[in-house]
Amino acid sequence: MVRLTREPIDHCRLTEEVRRSNCGAVVTFLGTVRDLTGDRVTVALDYEAYPDMAAKKMAEIEADTRARWPVGDLLMEHRLGHLEVGDVSVAVAVSCPHRHQAFDACRHAIDRLKELVPIWKKENWSDGTTEWVHP
Amino acid sequence: MRVLLFARARDLAGAHTLDIALPAAATVGDLRRCLADQCPRLAGLVARSALAVNGDYADDALPLPANAEVAVVPPVSGG
Repeated sequence: MVRLTREPIDHCRLTEEVRRSNCGAVVTFLGTVRDLTGDRVTVALDYEAYPDMAAKKMAEIEADTRARWPVGDLLMEHRLGHLEVGDVSVAVAVSCPHRHQAFDACRHAIDRLKELVPIWKKENWSDGTTEWVHP
Repeated sequence: MRVLLFARARDLAGAHTLDIALPAAATVGDLRRCLADQCPRLAGLVARSALAVNGDYADDALPLPANAEVAVVPPVSGG
């Protein structure tokens, strides 16, 4: 299941929710707001989405991940709005029978999210300027 | 055709949407060219952006369906 939210992400709940009796491994990835990028200091990030397409792409990524690995359950949440340094911007929790599957599936899901999902962040730098990140 | 704009595309255009005049039987590539012509401030970013049709990334060769929801998707930075 995938979700966009403007609320803080309860990643502990996500980790618990993917647990299954037939899965010996749970891997949870958290993306968090970092303060340093090169020599520039971030004070906050603003995240924006094209909501319908973002939800669609996240669902496609979940389906693709489930097709490639024996996933017990997968939960993916991305937060939108104004986030401070240290806030969790994205969480991906995956359960699989074995740890190599869980690590690989989780990595695949977040890698594809960062490649495909129409979400953008705007840096709020310590010098007061802001800048959309379009790599 | 109405085109949705996000992030820096919206800032550059000064609007959440643009109405772009298109030739008959236009393709996504035609829309790309018309966007750049009709909104020169967006041209540089559009050249680096994907275009989405009905929530899917679209190839420039794709004919634009009638009543499609079209968006400029600048390089993404989620996660």
